Amino acid sequence: MIEGWMLVDGSAAGHALVLEDPLSFWGGLDPSTGEIIEAGHPQRGEVVTGRILVMPSGRGSSSSATVLAEAIRAGTAPAGIVLGEPDDIIVIGALVAAELYGVAIPVFVASPDGYATIRDGDQVSLVP
Amino acid sequence: MNSGETAVELTAGDRAWLTGEHGEGAALAMRLVVKMAEVARAPRLRDITQAHIDSCLYHGQAGLDFAERLLGGGATVAIPATLNVSSLDLLHPELVRLDDETRERAKRLMDTHVAFGCRPTWTCAPYQLPDRPGFGEHVAWAESNAIVFANSVLGARTNRYGDFIDICAAITGRVPDSGLHTDEGRRATLLLRLEGLSDELLDAEVLYPVLGHLLGRLAGSQVAAIEWLPSDTSEDRLKAVGAAAASSGSVALFHAIGVTPEAPTGESVIADGAREIVVTAADLRAAREELARVPGGAEIGAVSVGTPHASESELRRLAALVQDERPRVPFYVNTGRGQLAAVGSVADDLADAGVRIVTDTCTYITPVIGGVTGAVMTDSGKWAWYAPSNLGFNVALGSLEECVRSAAAGRVIRDEQVWA
Repeated sequence: MIEGWMLVDGSAAGHALVLEDPLSFWGGLDPSTGEIIEAGHPQRGEVVTGRILVMPSGRGSSSSATVLAEAIRAGTAPAGIVLGEPDDIIVIGALVAAELYGVAIPVFVASPDGYATIRDGDQVSLVP
Repeated sequence: MNSGETAVELTAGDRAWLTGEHGEGAALAMRLVVKMAEVARAPRLRDITQAHIDSCLYHGQAGLDFAERLLGGGATVAIPATLNVSSLDLLHPELVRLDDETRERAKRLMDTHVAFGCRPTWTCAPYQLPDRPGFGEHVAWAESNAIVFANSVLGARTNRYGDFIDICAAITGRVPDSGLHTDEGRRATLLLRLEGLSDELLDAEVLYPVLGHLLGRLAGSQVAAIEWLPSDTSEDRLKAVGAAAASSGSVALFHAIGVTPEAPTGESVIADGAREIVVTAADLRAAREELARVPGGAEIGAVSVGTPHASESELRRLAALVQDERPRVPFYVNTGRGQLAAVGSVADDLADAGVRIVTDTCTYITPVIGGVTGAVMTDSGKWAWYAPSNLGFNVALGSLEECVRSAAAGRVIRDEQVWA
């Protein structure tokens, strides 16, 4: 049980993909494949689809909101997202996709202590 | 999304939007605005007087689906709204090389935003239009260079709005009362003190995009103050600082002490405990090398200026310069249709000299420049930042005058003395 703040409601379960660095979805995620394509990102080549994506924060252009919504539309998005701090760009991308396509990807901000306990590959469940 | 309970204090008017009194599209827009307020922990919403919208730039089907959902729900803008560049040049369509399907969707997205009642300005420099916001006016602007200009040079107040939320703000006329809308959020937590810069360097146009690049690198998303810029630094130069700082970093507001309107003195804008960094000519030289590596003398295949869109005064200067030295390589200038109309016959002078004028879009976001071998030269820190990854070009940086001289020579000509 990890304490935190559910920014976008929903249920999800999957294996954690813990990113060492924040990812800019715009220019960093290919929404047609779910692959991380950001040059120089330590986890370039990993696929986010169906994982619980865990990263310290959002990063970069507001166009990341459209890229996340686009990934959700295409079925390549993570099952859920866990952040170390709130990010309005990720929230709006997830909310818009929920409105348009009826697919709710929960977005959760974990407490610092809780965030630190999540290990790559852990089975993580997000519940409302 | 639960719109029933929220920690945000809503007015009766706000609630009426949520319950659909202004239509389903407007209710969706207000739900998203309220959610943004929750994420920002804003106590309430506040009114805005105008908006600048970036959601008209096509990034994929989801953006078009959202706009068409809003429009289908009867949404229109409640306040004056201008539109950012898009992926198409409607005045010069032959310049943009996109496949037919993408072109059709991009055009539909643009049409949808006009149908909301937004003005088809298609410019990234809405601050160059006549009815720009005044000091202390609250607005909702998207487009990173416009945001930093509005906050810094005009002293208007906007957060960094972007995809989806910008149009929701325009439809509702409301935004979260947080961040740069508040006095506290506008105080500088970083001070850059320029030290030992020669008068020649301070007078050199090319200093300003380079300074902006360094500012973005150092500040990230912090509010910064800069000390010791000349008090008569022009709007075009401040535009260059902001655009570069919003590219290499996420700078949404900088105070140039004694120059920008909110910062008559340092005391008025610098937060207690702000970090201080001394910036020397050597730091700036290094920043220039990092931003644009192509050296003097190198061959160039094209020149692109006007990122952000060239102002009227920049268009006039360019026309005078190319009168004497005609470009030998393709020379592009990006500008707004409003600026182009305002300069009248100067547009013909530019075309006669062989300058290719691009409106409604920009050469770094949509394929315009084709068949170029060699580096591309620009006067823009923003273009220099994005072109290598977006377009695969190596970039040289110089002043507008140096860009013209280099285009005539086919190789990079620039004054190294100012950096000595």
